Amino acid sequence: MRENRVSTWLYRHPKSRLAMLLSAPLTWLAVAYLGSLATMIFSAFWSVDSFTGNIVHQLTLTNFRILFSQSVYGVIAVRSLGIALFVTIVDALIAIPIAFFMAKVLSPKLRNFAVVIIILPLWASYLVKAYAWRTMFSDSGVLAWFFKPFHIATPGYGLFATAITLCYLWLPYMILPIYAGLERLPDSLLEASSDLGASAGKTFRRVIIPMIYPSIIAGSLFTFSLTLGDYIVVKIVGGKSQLMANVVYDNVGTAGNLPFAAAAALFPIIVILGYLTFVRRSGALENF
Amino acid sequence: MLRSKKVMAIAGAISTALLVIGGSIVATSSASAASLPKVPMAKSVGKGEGALNIIIWAGYAENGSSDKKVDWVTPFTKATGCKVNAKVGNTSDEMVTLMKSGGYDGVSASGDATNRLIYGGVVAPVNTALVPSYADISPFLKNKSWNSAGGQMYGIPHGWGANVLAYNSAKVKPAPTSWGSVFDPKSPYAGKITAYDSPIYIADAALYLMKSQPKLGIKNPYALDATQFNAAVALLKGQKKLVGEYWSDASKSIQSFESGNTLLGTAWQYNVNVLTGDKKITVGSVLPKEGSTGWSDTWMIAAKAAHPNCMYKWMDWIASPKVNSQVAEWFGESPSNAKACNFTADKTFCATFHATDATYAKNIYYWTTPTATCLDGRTVACKDYAAWTQAWTAIKG
Repeated sequence: MRENRVSTWLYRHPKSRLAMLLSAPLTWLAVAYLGSLATMIFSAFWSVDSFTGNIVHQLTLTNFRILFSQSVYGVIAVRSLGIALFVTIVDALIAIPIAFFMAKVLSPKLRNFAVVIIILPLWASYLVKAYAWRTMFSDSGVLAWFFKPFHIATPGYGLFATAITLCYLWLPYMILPIYAGLERLPDSLLEASSDLGASAGKTFRRVIIPMIYPSIIAGSLFTFSLTLGDYIVVKIVGGKSQLMANVVYDNVGTAGNLPFAAAAALFPIIVILGYLTFVRRSGALENF
Repeated sequence: MLRSKKVMAIAGAISTALLVIGGSIVATSSASAASLPKVPMAKSVGKGEGALNIIIWAGYAENGSSDKKVDWVTPFTKATGCKVNAKVGNTSDEMVTLMKSGGYDGVSASGDATNRLIYGGVVAPVNTALVPSYADISPFLKNKSWNSAGGQMYGIPHGWGANVLAYNSAKVKPAPTSWGSVFDPKSPYAGKITAYDSPIYIADAALYLMKSQPKLGIKNPYALDATQFNAAVALLKGQKKLVGEYWSDASKSIQSFESGNTLLGTAWQYNVNVLTGDKKITVGSVLPKEGSTGWSDTWMIAAKAAHPNCMYKWMDWIASPKVNSQVAEWFGESPSNAKACNFTADKTFCATFHATDATYAKNIYYWTTPTATCLDGRTVACKDYAAWTQAWTAIKG
């Protein structure tokens, strides 16, 4: 049997094997992802020549001065944070009962079926779903028709509609991690808890929630970051409101003022980095 | 997010290196020109190169794929041998970005993109002597501030349209005649008014102030000094209370009218035509007495076009009477070629769109990119488009 030199060498050098395996994804991560992020962050310190629209490669703090001096950006930032938190909390409240039902109450056959049902909306186009909500919130839509006998007007387009639509869009991303976490929760724990005399509510609060806390955090990562970066839903159902991501989008497109857009984009980046630090500190991702 | 310090250090080193390299490359290619860049103009049009890459507004280069009967690209390819690859740009700014990235021979640019392309050295002046169809272009479209610079034409006019005041004629009575009806703080339609979601809409407010507050001295709604600009912004901030929705997507605006969420506001003739055809609501439209903003599209050729002959042939083709009428009817805008009116399928088309009405065209203030150097020739400092964008963010709140 002839010796294969290459495979022998690889066998003898496990570190090289690992390096070769990781080199492609790491290069992608460092160059394509981190590199482009770093370039964007760096460009936030540039400005744009108002006459030609070309970028002036001189370091300046103009963009940050505008962002901090004009109060409207602070208002938009707080609003975006508020919506992100609202969506996260509402989705968590909706997802936990659904995931619990799927993991603990349904039979295994129905469980798989339920997972398919939950994932099914993800197959539909994002825009199709957003426009469906637009139709529902309109003055001649389903909600107006439903609330007519109660003499309540449809909430119409605005921040509330935006929040509800985002809750709907990201719900599968919140349900699935919680479902995965609950599936790993042994039933014997719940039985033991009731044997020790705990009521259902107490079991839920003291046993289940702490055990699935990492899953909730993992799901919240999706809803929080996706909401903070969303600029499309608010354009469809948001009426006349705007979020921080719209500020970035409008400045990338309309004025071609990429440095200003980059400066505005630093807000969600810093917020998410802060959130991730908090998540790591809480140890939520260690068991996930 | 656990990562060993070593990997972080390597990643950091790589990205810093990239930044330095990237920065140096970009730095050498940027030139903050305060004057018109010198781009050579073609002196003759030779044989077609066999291919053409253009950036277009949706509907401008139909090849039969949307509707078998709507096709002016295939005959072009047959006649010139130039195979057309069209890329649809959704906004003027996307078009500017695409043109700057290179690889395209030409673009159908609106007036709020043209000057940026001209002064950025991205497009070349057009030798109109090489474009026979140019002779028949309506004279009120030639040598305008958005398609020429330094007395030289930088493109071939394609078509134009005005932003009209559309209203639900069943619910809005009496029919509006002035832009004041969308700015009136006591409007009975508060919450059901719409406005165009773009900083360029500030020009609409300035246009209204031009006629309603002549003391401000606004001569060109795209040339606003600090006082005039602040007045326009204040007007728009007041309008925000009346607005139900800002629109930039025509189909969204049409649906908003049909569902009753919007009762009146600025719209394109295209929107009005679709609403009239859908018959879900009765819609009326008017060009208000103050005049209106609008858009005038121009075909421009890239400075570094790989297929300049094909581009010249395309510009001549699309501006020729028969093709110009096809494109105008399909899209729903006024053709730039006066003779196109003889070829429209709908004989009342040109009348509906006021295609050859120079007075109507004169009352339209076409989208132009505002610059710090006032477009009306004044020596004071005017607000540039970056300022307009920031103000627009503040207006929407």
